[in-house]
This record gives sequence, structure tokens and C-alpha cells, in this order.
Amino acid sequence: MKKTLASQLDSINEYEREPVPKHQQKGLKSFIGMYAGEHTAGTEFVIGPLFVVHGVSAPDLFLGLLVGNLLAVLSWAFLCAPIAVKVRLTLYYQLEKICGRYLVSGYNIVNALMFCFLAGSMIAVAATAVGIPFNIAMPGLEDLYPTSVGWMVTVFFVGSVITLVAILGYEQISKFANICAPWMILVFVAAAFAVMPQLGITSLESFWNVAQTRIWDGVPVAGFSKFTFWHVTFFAWFANMAMHIGMGDLSILRYARKWQYGFASATGMFIGHVMAWIASGILVAAASGEVTPGPIAYNSAGIAGAICVMIAGWTTANPTIYRAGLAIQSIVPMVKRWKVTMVVGLVTTIAALFPALVMRLLDFVALYGLVLMPMGAIIFIDFYIIPKIGLRSNYAEVAKKSFNVAAGLTWLVTLLLCLSLNFYQGVEIFFLGLPGWFIAATLYIVISKLYQQKEIEQQEVKVSAKSL
Amino acid sequence: MQAILKIISYIGLILTVVPSFLVFSGAIELSFHKTLMLIGTLLWFFTAPFWMNKQKPSESKV
Repeated sequence: MKKTLASQLDSINEYEREPVPKHQQKGLKSFIGMYAGEHTAGTEFVIGPLFVVHGVSAPDLFLGLLVGNLLAVLSWAFLCAPIAVKVRLTLYYQLEKICGRYLVSGYNIVNALMFCFLAGSMIAVAATAVGIPFNIAMPGLEDLYPTSVGWMVTVFFVGSVITLVAILGYEQISKFANICAPWMILVFVAAAFAVMPQLGITSLESFWNVAQTRIWDGVPVAGFSKFTFWHVTFFAWFANMAMHIGMGDLSILRYARKWQYGFASATGMFIGHVMAWIASGILVAAASGEVTPGPIAYNSAGIAGAICVMIAGWTTANPTIYRAGLAIQSIVPMVKRWKVTMVVGLVTTIAALFPALVMRLLDFVALYGLVLMPMGAIIFIDFYIIPKIGLRSNYAEVAKKSFNVAAGLTWLVTLLLCLSLNFYQGVEIFFLGLPGWFIAATLYIVISKLYQQKEIEQQEVKVSAKSL
Repeated sequence: MQAILKIISYIGLILTVVPSFLVFSGAIELSFHKTLMLIGTLLWFFTAPFWMNKQKPSESKV
């Protein structure tokens, strides 16, 4: 029985080291469901409240969400999707061709760890809902470490189920997200509408007045910094920076028939992020400042609300664990993906035990995008610019290098410069992604020019020495 | 059969969202809205998996 299951799982082919064949490409519907489900996540129940805590004003929130999410959709459609449908390779295999096996292994470890922490925060959010019927003491936003045995058991249970689904592969994740997405979105909308009368909103006209005075009143909670339009815009744009500008979604969009399917991310950004962050902000105000996701959803939508938080965490954690599995699998290609995903799921579940992941979510999300962004810039430049200036794309593969020094230096120096901007110039982490991309792009062009020229000269010397 | 399942699924979605508008307009209480929402949720999850994600035979060959 065990052997049969193992052989069945072995046969699931996810095209980790080959282009996705035409008959496996998917239609627009798969991506609409995937994006809508993935970005209507359990973490939205944390991000929306954190905007309230940071004292965003209502006009800043609405305008910032509109601009930031529009920029995110354009980044998916014009930066990530066109490359994805041309190469049809996973991010990791594409990077291996450019950067070489050693460098990409280092990147993949960092990447997989980031994914594990992110998925861990989603599992923690889902666990706040699962624990409600058992009266399990939930960790507060000020808690850093596991608070009770009940909490730990709940997290392990949720983590195990999510890992099992991730093991079954993209097909199963996509199907699950498709089923959950329409219902989940309606629960967010319904929960917010149902508590509006408690806040004094009885008509659409009174909404704006209450929004400015009782929900997003522009006053941060003591101890929290003040957020402006720019914070909201850049957070909304870069919340998924690792996926669009960082090219993480090459692994997903390689299944798309057309590059225009990158616009499917609009369902995630506008139905998911915009609507869910606004709705969860309203729920926090109605719950008098309570911010734990499970209880605030339960207060406004009953058992269905708690199920929504659980499933919202689940549908986001699933593809994140799947991506982390792909990252590690590219380091150890001889080990089957399902076995790698099982180990990744275990690490993620252990990370989820620590509520600190949820409390520091805004900073963590910004950091995660920033760390992975330079490799996205490298892929973009390698694909469009490098061949046009007489250099070789996929240099590590062409020159049979295990470590592309140009890519390695670009990644390291970009992060050091961003770090110094943060430490010495006081630039907040949310704003570092944009200058960071241009720094990485410029560095990669300049260093590649020097590095590839030097390599060619060395080869020419070797050839002439042999001929002599 | 699938048509009936679809109708039940859509009724589930309607029961999930419409009661909240009735609470907003003052027509029903919050507790009743929660009950209707749960019924809608159960209807959706017990019926939608049977008709969603069913690939048309021609689609798999494209």
C-alpha cells in the first residue's frame, strides 16, 4: 500500500527541469482562480488591521491601494509573464542557467526559507480560527513565542493538512483555490457589511464620514509609526515583489497559454488585496481594536467567518509551500518533489508556532520582497538587455560555469547598498525596492560587461598558447 | 444532475452574501445572518466540487 502511494506520487510530473509542453498549458480561468484565491489570504486579516494600527487616513488608504495594486498588476503583466511564456521554465531552473549551480543553490536556500516563514504566518492565521471551538488561548499581537500546548497542537494539525495538499502538486492546489475563491471573497464582503451598522454606517453616504472618523482616523496606536499614502502605495506594490518583479511567478505563469494572463493578477490585487484589506480594517474597528484574525471573523460572520480565515490561510500557504518545495528540489534534483515538500511543510509548521511571524508581518513581507528582488532584475536584464549589448544570456550554462560572478556580486552589492540606505539614510524598508531594482540592473550590466570580456580574453590567451 | 448541483451552489453563495445586506438595511439581526451564512457555506462546499474544475474533453488535447 505504502509502495503504491509512493510510486503514484513519484509519477506526478511538474516539469522542474524542462519547458512546460503545450498540452499541459492552462487557460485563463486557472490563473483567475489561483490569483483570486492566493491573494484573498489569511494574512489579509493581519495586514488590514495593521494599516489601522499604523494610523493610515481613509483618503491615503483608498488612493494608495488603488495606485499600488495597479502598479503590481502591471509588474506581473509586463515584467514577469512575457518571460514566463517564452522560456516556460521554473524560476530556479532559469536562474541556474544564468547564475550557475552554486549561486542558485545559495539563492534557493534563502528563497525557500523566506517562503517557509511566509507560509508559516499563514498557517498561524488559519490556526487562530481552528482553535476557536476548542477555546484555545490565542497568542496576542505582543507575543513572540508559543503561548500554550493547545496552540502548538492546533498549528501542527493545520500544518499537516496543508502540507498534504501541497504534496499533491499544482493541479490539486489550483482546483482547491478555484472552489474556495468565489465563496471566500463573498465572506469578506458580507462580514464587513454585516458589522457596518455597529459602527454607525447605515447608508453608503455615511460610510465615508465614519471611515474617516472611526476606522482609518489617521492616528497611529501608541508605539507604532505613522503611515502615509506613500507607505500604502509602496506596500501594496511590493507586497508580492518577490512574485512579480522578483520573477517568482515564472514557476506559475510558465503554464499560461498567453503572456496576457499576467493581468489575471488583477483579481488577486483588486478583489483580494483592496477589498480584503478594507474589509478587515472595518472588522477591527467593529471589534473595538481586537486584531486576532479568527475571533474578529467569528464575531462578524459566525462559524462561516472562522472557516473563511482557516481556508484563506490554507489557500495561500499551499502554493507558497509548493514554491518552497520547488526551490529546494532544484538543489537536490535526484530527490522527488513530494519528499522535499514534506520536509518543507515540517519546517514551515515549526516556524508557524512563533506568533512573532504574524506580529512583524508588514516588515517581513517588505524584507522578503527586497531580498529576492535583485535576482528578478538579473533575469529581466539577462533576457532583454544582455543580448543587445553583445554579451551572452544564460552565461553560466553557455560558459559551463558553476558560479556567475557578475550575478553573485550584483545580488550581494545591491542588498548591501539597500541595507546602508536603510541604516545610514533612514530610508524605510518599504521604499527600498524601487531604487534597489535600478541598482541591481545597472550593476549586472556593468559587471557582466567586465566579467564576460575578461573570460573571453582568458580563453583567447589559452587558445593562442595551445596553437604555439 | 450537474445543473441542479450548480443551482444549489449558487443558492449557497446567495445565502452567504445577501443576509449581510439585510443586516445593513436593518431587516434581520446579526445572529440570523450568521446562521444563513453557515447554511450557504455548507451548500457551496457540498456541491461546488462536483461541477467546478471538470475539464471538457476537447480542452485536454489543446
